[in-house]
Amino acid sequence: MADTAIHSTGPARVRSILDAVDLHQWLMRGMILLACLWMAVMVVLPLLQLLSKSLVDHDGAFVGLANFIHYFRTPALSMSLYNSLFVSVVTTAISVMLGFLYAYALTRTTIPGKAVFRGIALLPLFSPTLLNGITLVYLFGKKGLITTGFFGYFEKSAGITLAADIGLYGPVGIVIAEVFYVFPQAMLILSIALSMTDARLYEASDSLRASNVRTFLTVTIPGIKFGLMSATFVSFILCFTDFGAPKVVGGNYNVLATDIYKQVIGQQNFVMGATVSVVLLIPTVIAFLLDRISQRKQVALIAAKSVPLTPKRHPVRDGVFLAYCSIVALLLVAFLATAVYASLVRVWPYDLSLSLKNYNFRNMGGGGYPAFFNSIRMAFYSSVIGTVITFASAYLIEKSKGMFLLRQGAYFLSMLPLALPGLVIGLSYIFFFNQPTWAILGLEVRNPFNVLYGTMAILVISNIVHFYTVSFLTATTALKQLDKEFEAVSESLGVPFYKTFFRVTVPVCMPAILEIGMYYFVNSMATLSAVMFLYSADIPLASVAVANMDDAGDVAPAAAMSVLIVLTNITARLLYGLMTRGVHKRTQAWTRPVST
Amino acid sequence: MRHASDADPYLKIVGITKTFGRFTALTDVSFEVKRGEFLCILGPSGCGKTTILRIVAGLETQDSGQVFFQGRDVSSLPVSKRNVGIVFQSYALFPNLTASENIGYGLKNRRRDRGAIRKRVDELLELVGLELMGPKYPAQLSGGQQQRVALARAMALSPDVLLLDEPLSALDAQVRILLRSEVRDLQRRLGVSTIMVTHDQEEALTMADRILVMDHGRIVQSGTPWDVYNKPATPFVAAFLGSMNFIGNGVKEAAGVVRVGGLSLQVGDGAADGMSPGEGVMLAIRPEDVLVQHPGKSDRNTLCVRVGGLEFRGPHYRVTFHLPLGDAGPSKLEADFPTEMIRRLGIRQDMELTIQLPADRIRVYAL
Repeated sequence: MADTAIHSTGPARVRSILDAVDLHQWLMRGMILLACLWMAVMVVLPLLQLLSKSLVDHDGAFVGLANFIHYFRTPALSMSLYNSLFVSVVTTAISVMLGFLYAYALTRTTIPGKAVFRGIALLPLFSPTLLNGITLVYLFGKKGLITTGFFGYFEKSAGITLAADIGLYGPVGIVIAEVFYVFPQAMLILSIALSMTDARLYEASDSLRASNVRTFLTVTIPGIKFGLMSATFVSFILCFTDFGAPKVVGGNYNVLATDIYKQVIGQQNFVMGATVSVVLLIPTVIAFLLDRISQRKQVALIAAKSVPLTPKRHPVRDGVFLAYCSIVALLLVAFLATAVYASLVRVWPYDLSLSLKNYNFRNMGGGGYPAFFNSIRMAFYSSVIGTVITFASAYLIEKSKGMFLLRQGAYFLSMLPLALPGLVIGLSYIFFFNQPTWAILGLEVRNPFNVLYGTMAILVISNIVHFYTVSFLTATTALKQLDKEFEAVSESLGVPFYKTFFRVTVPVCMPAILEIGMYYFVNSMATLSAVMFLYSADIPLASVAVANMDDAGDVAPAAAMSVLIVLTNITARLLYGLMTRGVHKRTQAWTRPVST
Repeated sequence: MRHASDADPYLKIVGITKTFGRFTALTDVSFEVKRGEFLCILGPSGCGKTTILRIVAGLETQDSGQVFFQGRDVSSLPVSKRNVGIVFQSYALFPNLTASENIGYGLKNRRRDRGAIRKRVDELLELVGLELMGPKYPAQLSGGQQQRVALARAMALSPDVLLLDEPLSALDAQVRILLRSEVRDLQRRLGVSTIMVTHDQEEALTMADRILVMDHGRIVQSGTPWDVYNKPATPFVAAFLGSMNFIGNGVKEAAGVVRVGGLSLQVGDGAADGMSPGEGVMLAIRPEDVLVQHPGKSDRNTLCVRVGGLEFRGPHYRVTFHLPLGDAGPSKLEADFPTEMIRRLGIRQDMELTIQLPADRIRVYAL
């Protein structure tokens, strides 16, 4: 038997060569290559297009850095960089401080109702940032609730003047609106950092009779220092690149995001739009890199076997934090309630009777209900397709063997979108997809992606790319928790990897998959920055309608449309909660030991 | 023909070398496994033992060298075409599948009919003594039970070779001892050629037909547990398996005689053979091989020492002496004496004692 195998004859040799070709390995490699190509086409090429646009003049001739020199020599333009940096730094400082206190209350005290407080804190994540601006207009605008002292109610009834004009339009309004937008994200990052700690450090500190203040400064703060840094950089990026809030309450105070919009949509100056985009991109990328470094170090801080900390009761401390959380939660709820109220009022501030008149978008710009349903469709497609693509790529990158460079490349490309503001994605997609032909080595080649321009597909793709990285990281984290030998075991049992993927990997990762789907849906529903440049007249979108109606002075219908978006997202979130509970019930059997 | 192939090694690994970047994991590793043999690869972490197992399995690709199964070159075959059963340290049981589904995972893919699959799964469950545990999920099983499910799954397709990667290291000490004999019994009953990787010397000594000791990506010794323990080929092997006293700065005087400081010690036949007189040597003796002699009896290799310290270890004491070696410098010697003997002879700290280092128990290594 051994002899025949060694001196193999013709057919046997062919078979042994066929044996050596591992079909499944090649299939996996092909798919990773495909994932790389997809990211290259959807991220790298459009970005290069944008960068090259910033280096040419209006006729397409290369001018080097002339556009940037022009930008920085024109105070009317470069002022917005300073303004953007200013509001972002102020917003970041406030949000991180508020977020830290809130996260501390949720993780390190024994206040009641933590789940409710947590849920309320996440409310702003469901709304377009435009709504933050619009709500502020209803509160602090010329005819706002607070500016007019509740329409003079207290002055009439009690003779006290409670009216106050805070000078909303400009940096004040932007910062307030952005704090509402950024707070939940800073809070989330910090509560994760605060919950990952080793109780033994606190026991050691207690046993050494360190004071509470000293323990806080020497154990708590160092333990979350990278979380704090990460929260800072993320807050900065979010605020620095946001478009919705400054659009509504910015007034004459120009920031980079509104400048890009004005250059491109207002003046059709694509070259300067690209230039400002690059100016926007540089600080963002720097903050992004610093954030990545902090996050990596935060993970390294946690010992493999740390003992989770259970907070002890402390009446005074808990009381103070309960009061603080209640005030913040009340503000958040009141903020949303104001928006809902404003959308229901017939004619603000003259006829305060309630009606659904503003929800009838007829005779209104923006697209009305068709726009709303388009947004739901878009969010649904982005959610389903995005989840499939993200999870599959994360799986391939995480679980395949060999091909080190290709996988590293794919990983890098997957992280890149986090550094790209929606405006930059939108604008670079215009450049990339709208160009009918490419000049390659002097040849005119038809742009194969041109057909996508102005379709639903490009909107969905832009959303998938825009929200790719966070979803990718969620998937990767879930996949890393699986035993790394699952693939090896199934291979040794002669089961191809894709069968194990569907039979084991997907069911076990179902909670993460649902989370990714929800994340894509909610964000696609509320986003404005990327799709603003890409939607076509045939496919109006809800968030764009909000911006357009607000522009046209129809603020109440704009509020109404925003409220519809928020309600849709809250519904999606509740649906997600139900589905997770269903999955949880099923998975309980695997995870909860039963007594025998 | 048939007899000829039976005499051939069942598994043959020839000249395997493997590097990861700049790190050389394996250097020219060759060994064989006979049909039905239980081979343990023993070594400290990072010695390359898991890498060689993964190469035999086809999970890693060697830089050079070949792997033969029953004379067939499988060097470039992927794991799915080698017919090996693998049990990983973590077991890698699928958490969302029951014990039965885990065991039948590979059977299902072979498109056998349901009845046959169920019969085979039941057979395997019975084989590992888990008849009633089929419908349980891995999280509902104890560590030992999970280990047995993993073993049953690895055996489901009747593999040519069973590969065990530290299969017992995740278990409690007592379960581990119990499972040692269970795994060994099962392997004997099925007659499957097995390679087990472990860093636990006791595990290797109790379970293996043969042990390969590895260090820094090379095989340093291969032999039966008895050989490897009693005739360690290098100081590394001597120190890695059990305890060993090393007495340095010796010089070979003549055939069978070694001088250390002021002492002239006889060593066993052939112990210092490859060395020429005047060459520097190191002596080694295990603590349990040191004997206590009646005072005054001047036998070979007896010396008078003072008890430096006693450490109680349950069934025995570890006793520390300082050897009077004169200009060779002080040298510590440890001996294990049964607790009963310590009590009978009334051995205490600072007591004078006559001990003997039996010539046939002394190993000699070139410096």
